[in-house]
Amino acid sequence: MKDIVSVDHLRVEFATDGRTVVGVEDVSFTIAPGETLCVVGESGSGKSVTSLSLMRLVEFGGGTITAGSLNFERADGSTLDVAAAPSHVMGAVRGHEIGMIFQEPMTALNPVFTIERQLTDGLMLHKGLTQAAASARALELLQSVRIPEPERRLKQYPYELSGGMRQRVVIAMAMACDPKLLIADEPTTALDVTIQAEILALINRLKRENGMAVLFITHDMAVVAQMADRVVVMYRGRIVETGTVTQIFENPQEDYTKALLAAVPKLGEMKGKPAPEKMRLIGDEAARAAAAPAKARAPKVLLQVKNLTTRFPVKGGILRRTVAQVHAVEDVSFSLNVGETLALVGESGCGKSSCGRSILRLIEPTSGEVWIGGRDIRALDRTDLRRARADMQMVFQDPFASLNPYRRLKDQVAEPIQNFGLATGVELDALVLQLFDRVRLPRDFMNRYPHELSGGQRQRVAIARALAVNPKLIVADEAVSALDVSVQAQVLNLMMELQEDLGLSYLFISHDMAVVERVAHQVGVMYLGRIVEIGPRSAVFDSPQHPYTQSLLSAVPIADPRKRRFAEDLAFKPITSPIFPLGHQPAPSTYTEVTPGHFVLSL
Amino acid sequence: MKRFKTTKGMIGIVLLTLIALIAIFGPMVIPPDAATAMDMRARRAPPSLTHLFGTDQLGRDLLFRVILGTRTSLEIAVSAVLMSVILGLPLGLISGYFGKWIDNVLMRFVDTLLAFPALLLALTISAVLGPNIQNTIIAIGVAFTPYLARIIRGEALRVAQMPYVEAARSSGTTDAMIMWRHVLPNILPAVIVQATISLAFAILAEAGLSFLGLGTQPPAASWGLMIQASRDQLDIAPWTAVVPGLAVALTVLGLNMFGDVLRDILDPRSK
Repeated sequence: MKDIVSVDHLRVEFATDGRTVVGVEDVSFTIAPGETLCVVGESGSGKSVTSLSLMRLVEFGGGTITAGSLNFERADGSTLDVAAAPSHVMGAVRGHEIGMIFQEPMTALNPVFTIERQLTDGLMLHKGLTQAAASARALELLQSVRIPEPERRLKQYPYELSGGMRQRVVIAMAMACDPKLLIADEPTTALDVTIQAEILALINRLKRENGMAVLFITHDMAVVAQMADRVVVMYRGRIVETGTVTQIFENPQEDYTKALLAAVPKLGEMKGKPAPEKMRLIGDEAARAAAAPAKARAPKVLLQVKNLTTRFPVKGGILRRTVAQVHAVEDVSFSLNVGETLALVGESGCGKSSCGRSILRLIEPTSGEVWIGGRDIRALDRTDLRRARADMQMVFQDPFASLNPYRRLKDQVAEPIQNFGLATGVELDALVLQLFDRVRLPRDFMNRYPHELSGGQRQRVAIARALAVNPKLIVADEAVSALDVSVQAQVLNLMMELQEDLGLSYLFISHDMAVVERVAHQVGVMYLGRIVEIGPRSAVFDSPQHPYTQSLLSAVPIADPRKRRFAEDLAFKPITSPIFPLGHQPAPSTYTEVTPGHFVLSL
Repeated sequence: MKRFKTTKGMIGIVLLTLIALIAIFGPMVIPPDAATAMDMRARRAPPSLTHLFGTDQLGRDLLFRVILGTRTSLEIAVSAVLMSVILGLPLGLISGYFGKWIDNVLMRFVDTLLAFPALLLALTISAVLGPNIQNTIIAIGVAFTPYLARIIRGEALRVAQMPYVEAARSSGTTDAMIMWRHVLPNILPAVIVQATISLAFAILAEAGLSFLGLGTQPPAASWGLMIQASRDQLDIAPWTAVVPGLAVALTVLGLNMFGDVLRDILDPRSK
């Protein structure tokens, strides 16, 4: 069969600041009908530029296709070179013969139009349907993407829909005109794992039913393993390796591919191992061999949380009265030992971040106790709380937003030390220098500003800042989620190394089960503000007892093409809301101890 | 892009230096009385060799009057805007950073001021205090404060929610230090832009006050006063409006260009 797409020696340039930057160079690949081609690479690899070039949308971002051809087999059998096509032809192709799904379902829909309007616009334009016919087709589309209550959704606005439902609408829009090619640019990156599983299964089903070709852009090797027929690995705007999915995963030829695969944590690979283990990094063999096995410590409790509850008011009406409450954290209790890591996992909105912030009193809990080293944090006044902050520090998710763009890095790292008057002058400089060494940042970075650093480097600065006052507890809120896999592995290894050397305790908040399996001693699974299951890592991962933990674990994509999970379309499961009317008193959390230390919320 | 920015900056700096020089030395250089001497035989004379920019309705030389007016106009506008920044910055910063009831109290106060048109407010203050330059500055400064406070509050509100502010708080930085080190530098670009725009409006506000007899008192000259005077002779002597208008336009242009450059200089990302 003839290929739907054949890209030949594509080169895209961007003009910035009077210089020309090459976005992608010498990229060639083909996609056959009914085939899924995954383009995988880290940030800046040119994978999105490639997909935007196929739609010729790249020129709206300041790029120019300077060489190569992008041949697309049109519906009428003719071949169109997208690189040379006049713009009115492209207008007819976009959204009609090529559909596109974007990463961020929150911004891909226009907030002021109803779902119906968003769907029918394209149909009326490309297919020349009447309003009534287009509406009927829109309903059909919503049914095909399995949105519950499709008739009602048509009249709703995007803000009324959850992230998963919005992404289904975006997919319905892309599918509206029966495209021959579907481009999906990181379609599940912004979504939770269970919703990701639903969306991946949906794309697979639509592909099978319509015989479309799919160009799937992602940075996630596990998703590649689950979705791809063939894989293109990109690095710095060039293709590193191309092959079938099994070839790439089982017999990678290039070093970069090997490194990329090695850095991916695989769920289940820690089975039977008692303690957390560092990530594998290519070229780091010697360091790993030298690493001593984790020292056994006598368990000593550092952090004890008892019945922690945090509620946020929902204001409404003209008088902005509190009309309801979000039960963000509901009767949560756990303890964390010195030198250990407790991971809180769960999907967005489950209250894991609120829990971490409540412990540090960055938000005020409603009730409960938080004991750190024999002191009740909740009972402290403002001055004592400020002093107590030296014991507990935080590392944030977004390394781009957690550093002040207007301050030199050394000043930002020095700030906590100055706050507590621990050192001044030469002594302070020496301390900051040590911290930069400690997180393996070159010393000449000290005088730089955040924008000059990459994401991983910034996260190291954030860790150095957290370490500055010798804390006992570090709350890491999705600290590696925004990083590329190879960088993520390095930062995780650094964190584990610091834990070994300094006896730090981590409260590791994450949505990534595979990472958690690698780093945690204890795991707590959160759902709707409560911990539904908590216990030693091996107990929770090997024999999950709570149905939510089970569904969470089964939704995680596995980086192994021979273990495919999303062949069948999954039913849509709406998430219950954590908003309750005023005065609602939920039942206290009661737990059953399944095995020693492994507790499950009684249903 | 880089080169364009620096050329723009150079134009801005050259323009502003020139205007500043005129403001400082202008009144000393021009012949005494030249700007106030009336020549009834040459009323509304078009630009010529004797009167390069023409004359006004009383036969006064417009070139000299523009030069004389530079100092008055700039003195009032710059001082008034500076005053509104000094008043509005703490108001907006505290309001936006602390939020909650403090925000409510301060912003309701600001809203009350906003409820009156700026010029009316300035008029009232000026009328109560009496017409002279200092009081004109106070009047315009106070009248412009709520606008600046509003914009600064919005920016402070945005910055206060940034993770680096939360990071600073979690590492024990006091509120005052967070505002000084983290919030202020990040809202400064918006303040600079708003201040440069306000300057233009301040020049015109002074004109309004002068027109009503509360700002600059004749025979002193200010750009605003000149524009106001030209109002009813636009059809017969358009130059009487064009000359001071051009002075205002060039000043604002220079300020905007300079403001952009200043913002870039302060931003480490543009280096």
